[in-house]
Amino acid sequence: MKVITRLWRSSLGKKYLMALSGIALWVFVIGHLLGNLQVFLGPEKINGYAHFLKSQAGLLWGSRLGLLAMVVLHVASAISLSRQNRAARPIDYGAGAPPLAASYASRTMLMSGLIVAFFIVYHLLHYTLIVPAVNLQGVDFATYQRKLADNSETPDVYRMMIVGFRHPAVAASYVIAVGLLCLHLSHGLSSMFQSLGITRFSREGRDCFARGVGLLLFLGYCSIPISILLGFGKEVVK
Amino acid sequence: MATLNSNIPAGPLGQKWQKHKFNSKLINPANKRKHKIIVVGAGLAGGSASATLAELGYQVENFVFHDSPRRAHSIAAQGGINAAKNYQNDGDSVFRLFYDTIKGGDFRAREANVHRLAEVSVNIIDQCAAQGVPFAREYGGLLDNRSFGGAQVSRTFYARGQTGQQLLLGAYSALSRQIGLGAVTSRTHSEMLDLVVVDGHAKGIIVRNLKTGEITRHVGDAVVLATGGYGNVFNLSTYARGSNVTAIWRAYKRGACFANPCYTQIHPTCIPVSGDYQSKLTLMSESLRNDGRIWVPKKPGDRRSPQDIPELERDYYLERKYPSFGNLAPRDIASRAAKQVCDEGRGVGETGLGVYLDFSDAIQRLGEDKIRERYGNLFDIYHEITNESAYRTPMRIYPAVHYTMGGLWVDYNLMSNLPGLFVLGEANFSDHGANRLGASALMQGLADGYFVLPATIGNYLATQKPDQRPKTDHAAFKDAEHSTQSMVDRMLSMNGKRTAASFHKELGKILWDYCGMARTATGLKKALELLPELREEFWSNLRTPGNASEMNQSLEQAGRVADFIELGELLCLDALTREESCGGHFREEHQEDGECKRDDERFAHAAAWEFTGVGKTPVRNVEPLVYDEIKMATRSYK
Amino acid sequence: MKVRLKVWRQKNAESPGGFETYDTPDLNSNMSFLEMLDVVNEDLAGRGQEPIAFDHDCREGICGTCSLVINGKPHGPHRKVATCQTYMRSFKDGETIVVEPFRAKPFPLIRDLVVDRKSFDRIIQSGGFISVRTGSAPDANSTPVPKIHSDLAMDAAQCIGCGACVAACKNASAMLFVSAKVSHLGLLPQGQPERDRRVMAMVTTMDEEGFGSCTVTGSCEAVCPKAISLDFIARMNRDYGVALIKGEPRRNQASEGGA
Repeated sequence: MKVITRLWRSSLGKKYLMALSGIALWVFVIGHLLGNLQVFLGPEKINGYAHFLKSQAGLLWGSRLGLLAMVVLHVASAISLSRQNRAARPIDYGAGAPPLAASYASRTMLMSGLIVAFFIVYHLLHYTLIVPAVNLQGVDFATYQRKLADNSETPDVYRMMIVGFRHPAVAASYVIAVGLLCLHLSHGLSSMFQSLGITRFSREGRDCFARGVGLLLFLGYCSIPISILLGFGKEVVK
Repeated sequence: MATLNSNIPAGPLGQKWQKHKFNSKLINPANKRKHKIIVVGAGLAGGSASATLAELGYQVENFVFHDSPRRAHSIAAQGGINAAKNYQNDGDSVFRLFYDTIKGGDFRAREANVHRLAEVSVNIIDQCAAQGVPFAREYGGLLDNRSFGGAQVSRTFYARGQTGQQLLLGAYSALSRQIGLGAVTSRTHSEMLDLVVVDGHAKGIIVRNLKTGEITRHVGDAVVLATGGYGNVFNLSTYARGSNVTAIWRAYKRGACFANPCYTQIHPTCIPVSGDYQSKLTLMSESLRNDGRIWVPKKPGDRRSPQDIPELERDYYLERKYPSFGNLAPRDIASRAAKQVCDEGRGVGETGLGVYLDFSDAIQRLGEDKIRERYGNLFDIYHEITNESAYRTPMRIYPAVHYTMGGLWVDYNLMSNLPGLFVLGEANFSDHGANRLGASALMQGLADGYFVLPATIGNYLATQKPDQRPKTDHAAFKDAEHSTQSMVDRMLSMNGKRTAASFHKELGKILWDYCGMARTATGLKKALELLPELREEFWSNLRTPGNASEMNQSLEQAGRVADFIELGELLCLDALTREESCGGHFREEHQEDGECKRDDERFAHAAAWEFTGVGKTPVRNVEPLVYDEIKMATRSYK
Repeated sequence: MKVRLKVWRQKNAESPGGFETYDTPDLNSNMSFLEMLDVVNEDLAGRGQEPIAFDHDCREGICGTCSLVINGKPHGPHRKVATCQTYMRSFKDGETIVVEPFRAKPFPLIRDLVVDRKSFDRIIQSGGFISVRTGSAPDANSTPVPKIHSDLAMDAAQCIGCGACVAACKNASAMLFVSAKVSHLGLLPQGQPERDRRVMAMVTTMDEEGFGSCTVTGSCEAVCPKAISLDFIARMNRDYGVALIKGEPRRNQASEGGA
């Protein structure tokens, strides 16, 4: 804790906090994708995975709380730094040119980050807290249950995903949010090396890596709603 | 008449400095804290002096007109800094550096000062390396050296082409440390406009804050001026635009003697003037002459492009006149030769004031890549300024004012004839005689600031009681502030027709035409007629926009130009009186086959001028130069 | 050639400022940008108006005094040069050129195009040095420095302290300036004893002066007249992390000897 307060007291320290929490969130994003992609392996696989997670209450809640802490740290540092940054440049240039050499992603980090944060809230309401009003399909995902061998019930995640993404607006918002997330990562990941002072790889290499990772994650996440819109898993609906 | 006592210690040359340090008075630490020293300027000399004096425990107040103590023009020095380290084992020694410097100065410098300079040169390198100056190194990790300015040994330490910058940032960091510790009070945007003399001793300065226009009084037990050279008297020079004579000029008007103002150095390889609007001349490193050949067309008025002039119709005049040194002839000689051919109408470029520095032979011999490797960054600068590629067409170069060897007279302790007034670096006259060698200016600035002044200032301070320091309400302070204020008011209220810049241009032209690279009695007399007229017109027809209570760059410039005009008169008078040629001072009447002809019988002395009033002839005091260890000789480069 | 200037004019920090438009007299395309301003100023003074205040000194790209944001770019259109080395041939005849001061809270405006960059000095004063008393240095060759380190230190040490990095950064961050000094001294063996305290102290002062943080946009590097690399920022970040873990205090103690 003392380290965190020491870090919090300087701009460089906050960048460290952002980078470290960013790494944790990035790892989650990868894990989450790998979990989701199991949808293509059929209902048994993904439902089994969901059931496994649910059965490990300690692990589940530990990660949830940990992730929450990371999000809070990441967002709080970002907001604090942004305030400092805006205060440092109270008057803008009249010539109206965008900052030199700065990529679009680098200039929009706060905005892309905040939009993604709002989307996460929606996403949690949609699939984790399963609030019926937000799925736009007029159904209650809570009723999507399946029976296990011992006759107990467990959520049918496979069906929730298929039904959830069949609504074009839901799928579109998901694609946009994931796009922004990956844009965010394409700058965030390479900056992370910079903030932590890792100079081992060339800057071009770091940028390339970050953009590549961003693109792969984008393609991976988008493959699910797009496949569903194109008809994947429609047998569940009938 | 001022009394000029050089205070050179007795004894053999090699032991003078050690002995003098031992005999110098010490101030005990408790008393050092009570002494306050005013330092004006934060270049190599002022920055290093302020830092070192503060380390010793004195209270220091540092003044610069810049926005930061890191901007002084020392920063622009490119080549390097000499030191007699003999790391190359090529036969260098303190005595050899001493002798080269004395000879390079055409036997017009003070022997004891120059020897001391060579001695402490060794400590300077140690000090700077310890501060983190990133000097060039060899693969083994030890310091690299190069030979520079025609020296036969490699004794020049360098940091790429930015040695001055790195040394200045070293001094600035030492100064910054003392400011951070509260030992130095740093006053930026503060221009010294007068020296306050109380009972014959320098005890303070009058300063104008360039941000607010406020004029304030500052008192100290001693005043140190490290305000640089006065080459901008010529308007166009390689100096920074802000470099000025004001601090030392106003000290001169308060009684400090100004020595050898006519010793000005003209550097042969600068980019020529391209038009009337020009504000600044840019130096191209002397090293270019190692591979470039200098020539002009044989026929006057030949306007063909250089490629169209056949070999037979070219005059490689340096190679012709100085077969053994050729294109590497020393600065003063190469500059004068360029002027001669241009005077004959054979100059090149639109203005006819330029000569070619041609690399085509070298490119043929070594290949373009080799030339790019050696001089790439210089060719880039040249391209940036002229929009011409020196790989395709010869460079055009012309001499420009680069350094001034003259300055306020000081004794061995670096104290002027006004007790309590110390003068360091280019602002004093002491070490370079009539011509400065390459890579020696940085050495002198740092020697004065780091090692000489801190050891000698005690001799004066020991005689002063800090509790008897005058207060700023003393009549002398009131008087000095009043005269500063009235000068400011006068400049602002005249409401004439001409700006200070236009006077500066005219002044520069007079000096360059009549007191430039080659001087004659007729020309100098003509200048001495024109300059008082210019001064009178300045004080009746000046227009200075704006007011005094805010930042007003026109006002700053007007004050500096006013001083330059007066200095111009003294410079010409000194040049007229010195009826000989030596180093940077070339009188056409005194030459032998186009070379300088010294008159050691009549002029083996420093001329220290004493102010008697504006427009009145100053008194010429003389300090004879006595050489105990060496014999005067003639410099020849044929 | 002639150009039209849209110049920021402001009498002092307190009074409001705004753009004024001036048509220049006839210019030569070989003029430097500052010489063009000289000509405009002579013209203004001749017509009884107050000249435009702007900072300049050496006019050869090394003193770091000149500033100016020209058409939105600190130090003008070309890379690796300062305003004083920008020539009129880089502009078109008849072009409108917008000229503004460096904008950043830690660089308060003094007049027109002149800003006060003393915050940079205060950062250096807080730790940008190696503490060595004059006269106490060992022989220069007693501490060998690998050439590769010394060359890299020189790359960083070239910084001219102009502040263009701050002016270009959307966050007005001074990281490039501070990291250049931290890296210059941190790369040399002479700088090791104070390496941790230096970086802590300088970063603390940098924050206190009100500069923004680094979001790695790279604008600073793009406008730096000496092309100082963004990699030095990463280097400083690492040094800072190390110092922080070691528990280095945030600032140098003023009670330390020396005065």
